[in-house]
Amino acid sequence: MNIEPSNILLQTILLLLVAPLVSGCIRNWKAKLQNRRGARIWQPYSDLIKFFRKDMVIPEHASWVFSFAPYVVFLTALVAGLLVPLVTTRAPLSLFGDVLALVGLLALGRFFLALGGLDPGSSFGGMGSSREMTIAAVAEPAMMLAIFTVAITAGSTDLSHIIQAAQNPAWKALNPTHVMAFAALFIVLLAETGRIPVDNPATHLELTMIHEAMLLEYSGRYLALMEWGASIKQLVLMTLLVNIFFPVGIAAASTFAMLGIGVLIYAVKLLLLAAAVVVVETVNAKLRLFRVPDLLSAAFVLGTLALLSTFLFQ
Amino acid sequence: MDDTSLAILLLNLCLLCYAFGAAAGLLFSSHEKSANLFSFGCATLGSACGIIACVTVLATGTAKNQSFQLFTSLVPYLEFTVRLDPLGAFFGLIVSFLGLAISIYSFGYARGFYGRKNVGILGTFFNLLLLATTLVFFAGNAFFFLIAWEIMALTAYCLVSFEHEKAETRDAGVLFFVMSHIGTGCLIFGFLLLFQTSGGYGFDGFHALGNAMSPVKRDATFLLFLAGFGVKAGIVPLHIWLPAAHPVAPSNVSSLMSGVIIKTGIYGMTRVVFDFLGAPPNWWGVTLLAIGTISAVLGVLYALMEHDLKRLLAYHSIENIGIILMGLGASLMFLHSGHLLLASLALIAGLYHTINHAIFKALLFLGAGAILHSARTRNMEEMGGLAKRMRWTALFFLAGAVAISALPPLNGFVSEWLTYQSLLQGFGTTTSLVRLMFPISGAMLALTGALAAACFVKAFGITFLAQPRSAHAEHAHEASFTMLLGQGILTAACVFLGLFPTVFLKLFDPLTQQLTGQQISGQLSAANGLVLSNATTLGGSISMPGLTLLGLSLLAVPFVLWLLFATRAKIRRGPTWDCGLRGLTPQMEYTATGFSKPIRMIFKALFRPRREVQREYDFSSYFTTTMRFESHVEEIFQTRIYRPLNRLALRVSRRLRALQAGSIQAYLIYIFITLLLLLIFAL
Repeated sequence: MNIEPSNILLQTILLLLVAPLVSGCIRNWKAKLQNRRGARIWQPYSDLIKFFRKDMVIPEHASWVFSFAPYVVFLTALVAGLLVPLVTTRAPLSLFGDVLALVGLLALGRFFLALGGLDPGSSFGGMGSSREMTIAAVAEPAMMLAIFTVAITAGSTDLSHIIQAAQNPAWKALNPTHVMAFAALFIVLLAETGRIPVDNPATHLELTMIHEAMLLEYSGRYLALMEWGASIKQLVLMTLLVNIFFPVGIAAASTFAMLGIGVLIYAVKLLLLAAAVVVVETVNAKLRLFRVPDLLSAAFVLGTLALLSTFLFQ
Repeated sequence: MDDTSLAILLLNLCLLCYAFGAAAGLLFSSHEKSANLFSFGCATLGSACGIIACVTVLATGTAKNQSFQLFTSLVPYLEFTVRLDPLGAFFGLIVSFLGLAISIYSFGYARGFYGRKNVGILGTFFNLLLLATTLVFFAGNAFFFLIAWEIMALTAYCLVSFEHEKAETRDAGVLFFVMSHIGTGCLIFGFLLLFQTSGGYGFDGFHALGNAMSPVKRDATFLLFLAGFGVKAGIVPLHIWLPAAHPVAPSNVSSLMSGVIIKTGIYGMTRVVFDFLGAPPNWWGVTLLAIGTISAVLGVLYALMEHDLKRLLAYHSIENIGIILMGLGASLMFLHSGHLLLASLALIAGLYHTINHAIFKALLFLGAGAILHSARTRNMEEMGGLAKRMRWTALFFLAGAVAISALPPLNGFVSEWLTYQSLLQGFGTTTSLVRLMFPISGAMLALTGALAAACFVKAFGITFLAQPRSAHAEHAHEASFTMLLGQGILTAACVFLGLFPTVFLKLFDPLTQQLTGQQISGQLSAANGLVLSNATTLGGSISMPGLTLLGLSLLAVPFVLWLLFATRAKIRRGPTWDCGLRGLTPQMEYTATGFSKPIRMIFKALFRPRREVQREYDFSSYFTTTMRFESHVEEIFQTRIYRPLNRLALRVSRRLRALQAGSIQAYLIYIFITLLLLLIFAL
């Protein structure tokens, strides 16, 4: 398979531009559902530009790891995004990494994010890092089980192959296996992107914060990279969910018309999933930290059931 | 001179150098500087020779079953056969490579013992340990193997007890000694069972011997070897000596023990199960896979509870041995079902993780040694801020931490990826319910990986980042050049094995040819070796150089944005936000114990955490004047298995004391009765 630089460039731009928009939509719609007016959906772009322009304050106790972490977080999310098919059935770089590499890249970003939280020496950062790594540890097996289920039914760990298999008419989207795997991954999505009921993205300076706690000492362009990285990661995970489980309209060939339709349908699917996230965030309260493992073990059980049911429905 | 004789020559040189090094240590034991120079110098030279010899064997693949006699033996059955074969050479490569890096490190590290301990003795035992371990991998006769095995255990015991002034060290040494010999006992029985069928002790005669044994005897042999080698490898529940013994040894020795010595257990299992015992029944593989999964999860969970840096690393060895066994177990199951390609893939996954773990664990122990050397503590709660004071050590340790947490692009990720692939593909090899084990083990591997990442965020973050938590840590200084060089070599190896696995996998061809009859490195490599593929048509592939380059070139994005918006933005240093207090103190930082508290709470059914808090206050409990906090985690295997066993053993021996009255007449009668019984048995 040859690698086309133009595809890589296009997908990079798409990821960079769409990710803040999705965050903006979720924030705006959440406000609407709560009878507030809310910030415009374009607000995250203005935030990012503003952060880039600002001076930076680096904590005096921090070492080089603090400055290194934002780049790792941002780049791993972006590279992971290039492994996922967005609007065409072939990701530009599917040869470079499969779904396991994607999980590994996101884990690498999380590793450095947590180190960046510990480096300034404030207890908020340490608290955030500790909780982030704990939740990730409990979420990981559930995520892997769901991914394994899909990979086993598709016969490959290569994301492009999985999506091509999913487009095959023999693949039933409402097969109980897929429904349960989807549910498991959706719970993992909430945990991994720091959504209610696991973490509250709107908190700042509260003892319950997780993701925000790690970013507390970041400012200026480092903060921009961290925030942007987080929203790209969210986009990547959401894309995984919609494209694997609802593979409608993903362009098989790179003709102009098919690409256009592909982009449109992709946008609709993303927005629907975002709406689901908004509803879940609005109707639920944040869980106590030690209730979160219960939720994630529910995801694990769903993953196991999905796997078991491959026996029945194959 | 052809390749084989070159390899034999170099291997002899290697053994000779180790022997000289051991002698030099004794010879110069009163003059520590020359003892240091000569004994570790010899070890460096010897291990360099060893590396070339082993690579020659693996690269040419011709030296299959070349053997020669080290000495002529005067005892029947005992032959000092040194046998070069790919499996031995692979493990020989591990011990030689680590030997090289650790010997270089030891030049600097041993200086810390000047005036306190006898460096010559350290050098002697260090060389002897290398010698014995090398011989374990190349021995071609069961007796010779056991002799080398025993010398290895004894020298390791001496090295563990090197700092015997401390009671902790002595206890750990004794525990290691006892466990090690229980293991050796099992091995002797195992070899005797093999001897019954083969009629000799040569390894050549043992090949595929299991097919000629009765199933019961074969299973018994398997279990005996599993227990014997399992003790050495540190599988759960035979692991209890490992977290006690590895930390108390000098750090270069801990590094060697965790890197190589526990791998002799893996070597033994691979040798016996794949080479000697013939076509395996399914339950062997299932057992290994289950033990591996349990060891991996429990190892990492107990590691998370540790705040002693070296004990933490020791528990991670148990975890990684588990991951290796997952690969080997899966491979056995595929051998049973006749999927030779998959069996080779899983075997490669296990053995690749073996060398990877050897390298990054040795690296981490060397880093811990450098910290111990300079901050004078193993307790993470007294460290902190070392990244500024020990820049290079921090960088190397971070590389090791990323590698052991199985994060791309370093080597740990590659071998775990191979393990995942073999587990996933294993699902299709059988239709029985047993196949559910594969994805469940895979999920547990994911749990292990994520917990390991949490553990190393803690280990690196608490040790190296933020403010120093003690005066020692505040005045820590960078390690000496040779110590850094040793760590640097291992870091480079982590990067190389991570980025270019396909180059290294070529060395596995003779090995898999020997054990499964397949050569699959060609199928695993695609796009001129830049991409590692999973050897199926539908695919699944990773390319670490590709991802790394991509990541680096995407640095252009932040750079362009910086050009566009941020060229005028200034950077300044300011205090960390302190909630309006007058400055942060190290006491306010997150501790290692605090960091792992959520995990302790989630898995409290396993840990049974206990804590004691005592407060003294004057007028209100909110204004405490002094406070004492203690927290414990229960080591469930010690309290539930070993302590009752220990009590039982003591009770039985109290009863048996009556037999040992001390009168010679009684003893003579015992001997006579035993003889009679044996004669009757022989009739």
